[in-house]
Amino acid sequence: MSAELEVAKAPGAAGLPDAPQAATPSSPRRQGALWPTVRALLRKELLVELRTLESVPGMSLFALSTFVVFHFALDRSSAEGDLAAGILWVTLLLAAILGVNRLFVADAEQGGFDGFLLAPVDRSAMFLAKALSLLAYLLALELVAVPAFALLLLGPPLWPALPGLLATLALGDVGVAVIGTLVAALAVRTRARDLLGPLLALPLFVPIVIGGSRATSPLLVAAHPATAPAIRWLLTLGLYDLVFGLIAYAVFDFLLED
Amino acid sequence: MPSGSNEQAGSPAAAVEVEGLTRRYGEREALSDLGLTLVEGQTLVVFGPNGAGKTTLLRVLATLLRPHAGSVRVLGSALPAQAWAVRGRIGVLAHEPLLYRELTARENLRYHASLHGVHRERVDELLDALAMRDRAEEPLRTLSRGMVQRVAVARCVLHDPELLLLDEPYSNLDPAAVALVEPLIGGRAGIRPRTRVICSHDPGGGLADADVVLGLRGGRCQLLRAAGEVNSGDVAELYT
Repeated sequence: MSAELEVAKAPGAAGLPDAPQAATPSSPRRQGALWPTVRALLRKELLVELRTLESVPGMSLFALSTFVVFHFALDRSSAEGDLAAGILWVTLLLAAILGVNRLFVADAEQGGFDGFLLAPVDRSAMFLAKALSLLAYLLALELVAVPAFALLLLGPPLWPALPGLLATLALGDVGVAVIGTLVAALAVRTRARDLLGPLLALPLFVPIVIGGSRATSPLLVAAHPATAPAIRWLLTLGLYDLVFGLIAYAVFDFLLED
Repeated sequence: MPSGSNEQAGSPAAAVEVEGLTRRYGEREALSDLGLTLVEGQTLVVFGPNGAGKTTLLRVLATLLRPHAGSVRVLGSALPAQAWAVRGRIGVLAHEPLLYRELTARENLRYHASLHGVHRERVDELLDALAMRDRAEEPLRTLSRGMVQRVAVARCVLHDPELLLLDEPYSNLDPAAVALVEPLIGGRAGIRPRTRVICSHDPGGGLADADVVLGLRGGRCQLLRAAGEVNSGDVAELYT
């Protein structure tokens, strides 16, 4: 770990004391402690979302509406197995797109990017904070969407499938959060960000839909449901999360640069 | 190319050194072959009509834009290669306040204090200095533009930067607010605690602040002289 150098401070103006201790980084990566910066960014993200309610309520309402649409479009009151898993995962991923599209809008429109870029901090902190905030939005979405899905469409009882479903959703959420953050950072600086975000995200979400649906469908069959999701699909999801996590960590700095 | 430098042996080091700086947006050159040197503690005031390249120059010096040609050194570090060494030592007051409208003044400043590793007490000091403590808990979207500008000034000087980059710092401020802000960003009364680059459209105020004057038009240097050698007529010519 590199040492940090103290900045030689000019005297504060107008009798104000000097600002206590900003530090000059000694390397491009080591620029202030990472986690305090992530905490500050995450706190700001959640405060802005609590004040504006721009993402989570929209995502939740979208998911509920989509379940109702499926209910009528399929002309059935219940679904199970592959069909139920497919409906759940497609709905959640489409709802997630709404959150992905809003993820960097406040920063782009209100100068938050510049404010962050001017600070002597590791740029990866923004990636981590944005991915964690998107993860929090997805968890909030699922708190609403999964019970609603069970009420509106799911044939078999939800309770026995819940532990396996939660594990699968958690792995899927990590992938969506990582890929969504990467795509949102790429799209937000373009004029066609509302179009580019979904166009880039959806193909990258396909492996998550496949892995999530395949892992979940045995849990949602009416007769002799599995008690745990298929391990190979969980591993597939985990590997996909890991690969995109590493890619995002490697390239995110460059996405923020001029 | 004229130079604003009066550096001699034993005098302060250069805080800003620009040589042959060119920056384009697509095909258009926003800055073209610009050169200047600014010594530590000096104030450079940049005049020029809209689109002259003033904001682009500030953004390059702030490490937010990369130069497309030429060399730029800020506080001894070459940009963009050593930009990481400069961030945190410069304070930027831009056209946009770089603050979140849904957060309060205090929340915004505490957020920036966290990014810069500055103690929270500094936020309270600045809110007091700018007479904003009574409105510190209100979301920025409910404040007037002048009040938002005061908070932006607080953000700019929060970490006591060595170099201030100020884009029309007194815009939207009434005389009372100007009196509050002036001590923080260096005064017109000769108090110059830091090196400053100021973009201005006010020849009177700008010339009073300046040690060196730069005039830009169409991205090109039209005027670069010590402030004592420039009068308001020279500045007015830039706008004709």
